[in-house]
Amino acid sequence: MIWDQKMECASRPEMKKLQSERLKKLVHYLWKGNAVYRRRFEHFNVKPSEIGDISDIRKLPVTVKEDLRDNYPFGLFTDYRHTTEIHVSSGTTGNPTVVGYTREDLKLWAQVMARSLALAGAVPGDMIQVAYGYGLFTGGLGAHYGALEMGLKVIPASSGQTKRQLKLMTDFRPRILACTPSYALFMLDEARALGIDPKASSWEIGIFGAEPWSESMRAQIEASWDMTATDIYGLSEIIGPGVAQECQHKAGLHFQWDVFYPEVLDPKTGENVKDGERGELVITTLTKRGIPLLRYRTRDIVTIEYSKCKCGRTTPRISKILGRTDDMLIIRGINVFPSQIEYVLLKIEGTQPHYLLVVDRQNNLDTLEVWVEVEEKMFSDEIKQMRALEETIKREIESVLGLDVKVKLVEPKSIERSEGKAKRVIDKRKI
Amino acid sequence: MTHIQLSVFLENKKGRLYDVCSFLGEHKVNIRALTVAESDNFGVLRLLVKDPQRVAGLLKGNSFVVNETEVVALEVNDKPGGLAKVLGAINKHHINVEYMYGFVEPKARKAMMVFRFDDPVAAVKALKADRIKVVSSKELGSI
Repeated sequence: MIWDQKMECASRPEMKKLQSERLKKLVHYLWKGNAVYRRRFEHFNVKPSEIGDISDIRKLPVTVKEDLRDNYPFGLFTDYRHTTEIHVSSGTTGNPTVVGYTREDLKLWAQVMARSLALAGAVPGDMIQVAYGYGLFTGGLGAHYGALEMGLKVIPASSGQTKRQLKLMTDFRPRILACTPSYALFMLDEARALGIDPKASSWEIGIFGAEPWSESMRAQIEASWDMTATDIYGLSEIIGPGVAQECQHKAGLHFQWDVFYPEVLDPKTGENVKDGERGELVITTLTKRGIPLLRYRTRDIVTIEYSKCKCGRTTPRISKILGRTDDMLIIRGINVFPSQIEYVLLKIEGTQPHYLLVVDRQNNLDTLEVWVEVEEKMFSDEIKQMRALEETIKREIESVLGLDVKVKLVEPKSIERSEGKAKRVIDKRKI
Repeated sequence: MTHIQLSVFLENKKGRLYDVCSFLGEHKVNIRALTVAESDNFGVLRLLVKDPQRVAGLLKGNSFVVNETEVVALEVNDKPGGLAKVLGAINKHHINVEYMYGFVEPKARKAMMVFRFDDPVAAVKALKADRIKVVSSKELGSI
């Protein structure tokens, strides 16, 4: 089923008209209600009256993650007064990224997530097991709101506790599973160990996201669980999950462009790439009220396709994420920047930021090992002191990332330096 | 009456102990006493050598992380009950031992124990008063 026939099947001229109207309103809204954007408009010498058509979006300044951080916590909120829910993701260097939703924004989120569930093949009355984390992370609650909107039966299982997940699946027989793709693979081993036949599972549809995954992972999940595995895309800055989602033809992720306007730009020049070429996905939230963002640089590399899909929808489709324009890693669905670890190490007295992140996937779960070079100032002849140092580094990193890590102390100069600059990341995962 | 012990950080990987020892051999450094303390992923090599400052400089120049600590060497009678006598005195004076290790001095038929105390100077004073033989740098150098 198509959840919102009018928006998802609109002709391109109709959509352009709607997007143009919404952009105009947005610019006025920001001009009036947001001091940060107002200053930026003045700096770039753009007046709201100059924005008449969606193509005028090019005149507007871009927004980057650092803008959210620099205006921490609520500086970029346009309607703080009516904000009813706040989500937080770990920040790059200290301050986390904070986003807020008004009641209308939560309705919008539920709407786009309901569209996503329908894209994946859900119908009202289905049961869904939401095994994304509930809490500050947007994955769990986003899927939850969409499921309520659609009229599904929700099992708010949240992440982890695999045995219990499998028991819920076996006893309640949900048709839909929402979690990270690596967790779907991880549960496979656990199921086999418990003597559960994965092929006999009740899950027919998987809505997998929050981390990059490959076609080979899809093939493995589909064959082992005997289910259809679909990809979902979203980021908390824009709204969370529900920005784009594959339909059952799996021919790209349908982008909800009546509310999130996509541009695919050359990250160096900021110009539009030619249709079908790779570029950085830049998104404008056309209707959000709490913290609307103009031309937000996602750092995700995609291609975009505007032709009508076999499913009948006219929404453009983005490719899977083909890469990043920065050094961000996604580990078990959590965004990790090497600079976050550098920040932690600098804070710990005596620690020089010579480190290496070793990312691997063991038993289908991502692992992060942090190698830290031992310097004279931090070295003690007593093992207990060294262990305490290891423990401090581990605890500090875990509290910033919200992810368990293994810390390994290594000898100085043992981490490879290329042209005097240390190599920061080794990613051994074969995604 | 204390000695400078050198500690060297070693990653727990094949051949690292050999690397340090062969490096010291090449530079004609004679190791008086040695012990390795280990954790899951790393170890700490502790050494007593002649002219520790020079050796520390050599090691640091070769990218080893080196730490210098004051330790105390005590003579122990190489016969049953010898160590217990020394430990008894340490106990009596409530001296805190971080760690210790032993080595044998073959010519004198004496055993030596190296102690890492919280407060080495106070420990030496107390133990000497109790007639425990504290090994001097000169004696250690002549071994």
